[in-house]
Amino acid sequence: MVENRPFLTWLAHFVMIVGVVIMAFPVWMTFVASTHDQATMLQSPVPLLPGTHLIENYKRILTQGYGTIGATPVTVTLLNSLIMALGVAIGKIIISILAAFAVVYFRFPGRMACFWAIFITLMLPVEVRIVPTYGVVAALGMIDSYPGLIIPLIASATATFLFRQFFLSVPDELAEAARVDGASPMRFFVDILLPMSRTSIAAMFVIQFIYGWNQYLWPLLITTRESFYTSVMTVSRQANVVDNVPSWNLLMAMAMLTMLPPVIVVIFMQRQFVRGLVETEK
Amino acid sequence: MEKRVTFNERWLAYLLVAPQMIVTLVFFFWPSGQAVYQSLITEDAFGGNTQFVWFANFSALFHDDAYFASARLTVAFAALVAAIGLAVSLLLAVMADRVIRGATIYKTFLIWPYAVAPAVAAVLWGFMFNPSVGIVVWLLHGIGIDFNYVSNGNQALLLIVLASIWSQISYNFLFFLAGLQSIPKSLIEAAAIDGAGPTRRFWDIVFPLLSPTGFFLLVVNIIYALIGTFGVVASLTQGGPANATGILVWKIYSDGFRGQDLGGSSAQSVILMVVMIVLTFIQFRFIERRVHY
Repeated sequence: MVENRPFLTWLAHFVMIVGVVIMAFPVWMTFVASTHDQATMLQSPVPLLPGTHLIENYKRILTQGYGTIGATPVTVTLLNSLIMALGVAIGKIIISILAAFAVVYFRFPGRMACFWAIFITLMLPVEVRIVPTYGVVAALGMIDSYPGLIIPLIASATATFLFRQFFLSVPDELAEAARVDGASPMRFFVDILLPMSRTSIAAMFVIQFIYGWNQYLWPLLITTRESFYTSVMTVSRQANVVDNVPSWNLLMAMAMLTMLPPVIVVIFMQRQFVRGLVETEK
Repeated sequence: MEKRVTFNERWLAYLLVAPQMIVTLVFFFWPSGQAVYQSLITEDAFGGNTQFVWFANFSALFHDDAYFASARLTVAFAALVAAIGLAVSLLLAVMADRVIRGATIYKTFLIWPYAVAPAVAAVLWGFMFNPSVGIVVWLLHGIGIDFNYVSNGNQALLLIVLASIWSQISYNFLFFLAGLQSIPKSLIEAAAIDGAGPTRRFWDIVFPLLSPTGFFLLVVNIIYALIGTFGVVASLTQGGPANATGILVWKIYSDGFRGQDLGGSSAQSVILMVVMIVLTFIQFRFIERRVHY
């Protein structure tokens, strides 16, 4: 700080506290709702402090799910989300790092064409080509399957560019030394490049895990059987069920469990998260 | 930038790019080609007769008041989300840059909402604003405002704007904060010595130096409002009431899957793709320059 201005410091703290409260309030209300019984949550005003039904609600939602008939236990949807998030994150990292290695360290006809083909995918998120993408996945028989949930999402320009950027910053001498010593390209990749890319890989993993976990439209489209439902889509789907009396307590317990894994990842891997977010945009 | 030292094994290079290229071709180029193709044909309801109609689907769109209404709504929505979101995040980032004590805790608390999916964020906001049990609705009622997003179109729009901004603030905040911290302290100090107060320093030094970050975030936020908010609309309002929140990306989905209007939906997809391509190019042109900055 340049000069001491107590008023401005107080103002800064005040604004930060107001900001934090506004950002946290929706989640606080969700948590509170998940700790009361159904009847309490149907009377306005709803309580602002936690109640006593926490364990009961979470147990119910984990084992039986939301609703009375044909509900999917949240353990199933959480597991599906986990498989999808890990699949997307790991799959993306593997195919991107290999592609980046090829584009940076080899000269081959069609190299620039590959580069541009990957670049264009940045501009075509799944939301703008919903109907035909669904058609393609249906034609390949990948509806209601884990590959169907994962593979269409793993081509990513951002990850490829991140690794390309990193490889370009690796000193040429290393590749030269490897070649002089007679190491094959794959040997160079595995023994030198991969260990050097550890931090980039970790940063990428955090970002892509959250991306995979938070997918909404894609699982909504390509799952028809409940055993493949993911958590995010289930929360949203149940919020729109207006058949009988809403069980806010159970719905909000489900929302809490759905938010928890990515939030934990962000908080505990904050450094990698920030790095990943900032670097993918370069 | 190119590498001086490269390997010669061509077949290996093709093998290495193959997985990425196969996924890209099958799940990006094929569907996008299909979207373009389907936007140029009509199909009867039973999928039997296809007819090549050139740009009839597009001209139908351009004569459709509902499409223009949705486009106008999308522009207003994107403007609100980007303007309010950027202003709030900038304020928070400037203040966070100022505090020393507790800075890490504030930062952590402002960052984690990024991890909440927009579709889930929408459910949380829907709960707070639920017409019968929402706590905010109850408070508003106390001061004489009736808030019912299920029946009132403007209030529904306001609610999806709020939920969308809430989901995006963490991202904006992080980039603004990084931008602020990269401004050389010596500049600020020099201005202070010359007698410029905090407000003057902000508008004359910090703000101009932050404008590249701001411009980048503007494009990102517009793209987010166009595409990324699908989950918010789908979980909260489903385009209603009476299309008051039916932004373009929602219309593509509902026309295609609910209305079974493949030609119309594909034509809309193609238009939105063109918009995305233009926006991404603007973003990259700018980043090219930022690298040399």
